[in-house]
Amino acid sequence: MSVLVYIENTNGSVKKNIIEAVSYAIAYGAAIGKSVIGVSIGNVSDEELKKVGIAGLSKVIKIDGYEYNNHQIAANVLADIANSQGSTTVIMSSSNQGKGAAPRLAVKLGAGIITDVIDAPSSIDPIVVKKKGFSGKAILSVSLLNDKNVLTVSVNSFGISESPVDCSIESVSSDTTDETISHVSFEKDTSKISLTDAELVVSAGRGLKGAENWGMVDELAEALGAATACSKPVSDIGWRPHHEHVGQTGIAISPNLYIAIGISGAIQHLAGVSSSKTIVVINTDPEAPFFKAADYGIVADAFEVVPKLVAAVKAAKG
Amino acid sequence: MKILVCISSVPDTTTKITFTENNTKFNTSGVQFIINPNDEFGLTKALQIKETNPGTTVTVIHVGPIENEPVIRKSLAIGADGAIRIDTDAIDAFQVAKEIGHYIKTNPFDLIITGKESIDYNGGILPHMLGELLGIASVSPCIGLNINGTTAEVVAVVDGGKENLTTNLPLVIGGQRGLVEENELRIPNMRGIMQARSKPLNVVNAIGTSASQNVNSYESPAAKSACKMIDSANIEELVKLLQNEAKVI
Repeated sequence: MSVLVYIENTNGSVKKNIIEAVSYAIAYGAAIGKSVIGVSIGNVSDEELKKVGIAGLSKVIKIDGYEYNNHQIAANVLADIANSQGSTTVIMSSSNQGKGAAPRLAVKLGAGIITDVIDAPSSIDPIVVKKKGFSGKAILSVSLLNDKNVLTVSVNSFGISESPVDCSIESVSSDTTDETISHVSFEKDTSKISLTDAELVVSAGRGLKGAENWGMVDELAEALGAATACSKPVSDIGWRPHHEHVGQTGIAISPNLYIAIGISGAIQHLAGVSSSKTIVVINTDPEAPFFKAADYGIVADAFEVVPKLVAAVKAAKG
Repeated sequence: MKILVCISSVPDTTTKITFTENNTKFNTSGVQFIINPNDEFGLTKALQIKETNPGTTVTVIHVGPIENEPVIRKSLAIGADGAIRIDTDAIDAFQVAKEIGHYIKTNPFDLIITGKESIDYNGGILPHMLGELLGIASVSPCIGLNINGTTAEVVAVVDGGKENLTTNLPLVIGGQRGLVEENELRIPNMRGIMQARSKPLNVVNAIGTSASQNVNSYESPAAKSACKMIDSANIEELVKLLQNEAKVI
């Protein structure tokens, strides 16, 4: 009857967003009075898996032998384990893996599905949770009407709750396969820090006047240990690659720190970044709408102030 | 080849989202509705496939009331051959998937294209759920598609990069920007708008499925308190605030 939580690995490592999903599952289990069991699929070391113990998860069922992530296989395995454990709730991260497996799993279990959940249940009969909607422009309070539910947890929203325990791993085998899709190759994102789970993000817009001026943005990101992002017009013109575009039709992020340089703050851009915990805006135009959504603002020319900021960050970090 | 494109009607991206009836309903007053941008990238891809594969037809399908027909008419005006509207309100993704899945079971397609998610409820559920309901492959978010006869080469966005896949048809993909570029999107011209009037728009009855969730209320994200302005001559101040006040670096 336990709550299940899907412990994804990305090329063998268990990332922060999974620890966050585990923290959520533990809180959810506590709210409905159920224990929590993790399920890992694919090649990942026991040592790496045991990391989830930090959030209070004491047991993980590990299914080895799958080289590549496959949504159908993940859904099959999770459904089998949910059925054998009598689980009515499966929790995963709102990552591509989680959001890929969750809809198929919901169909297999006949469960309701809710994605991008941001908080633990505020009541349990029926279960009520909050989720993001309208691309970050709204928060919805939703009742789950089904006995069984699959939930995906918004990345960088719930946070990590530490309550370390020793985590035991139980290896199980599975013979489920997927004949419909074949893996050909994987192209690793070459940016040093992945934008979707970055805690710090430096982003720039048309105010930078040209692709050749991105050096200082990269330098600031480097000094901070941040990922880089950009506004839609910048990726439309081709100054920066599409996967850096944050906003309503790009990707939505909620890092701890978002520094926006030369971005005016159109409503579509704000939708994708407004849930960032701290926002710094650097813009020459004091009337730029982004200042209204910012915590800290500097009205100045980016070409003047960004190099100074790089130096100040380096100095502060020693 | 028969292609089906699922389209959703969503508030224009510039819409300020507000609520009515004690924050229990989305306020549609004065809101301009558009084809969900992710769906439009998918529709554009379908039209491109049609142009290079003679004999291909592109049908759009929408689950929603008659008020949503403008997005269907635009789809026809930019080149879709016909449209289906399932006559019921869209309540949640599972219900929409069941309605569309039921239609496809009795009217098969080789390729089913949806957006990776709608920009209103952002579920991102439909493409994989349709794949499961139909027992076929699904790839979403998808940024590359190349059809060769009865197989397809597909590029998926995955955690940490992208993955190249091959799959047989039929197939469901969830499109987004990258599947086609922004400048490849089509604007209806007068001829297209006239032609759209004579294209078939079939309204079919819903099978009727119950919702698995209910939105109780909406709220706007907490507004930021006043922005603290920092003198550009004193940039060290910003670093100090980020370290000691915001505690983010």
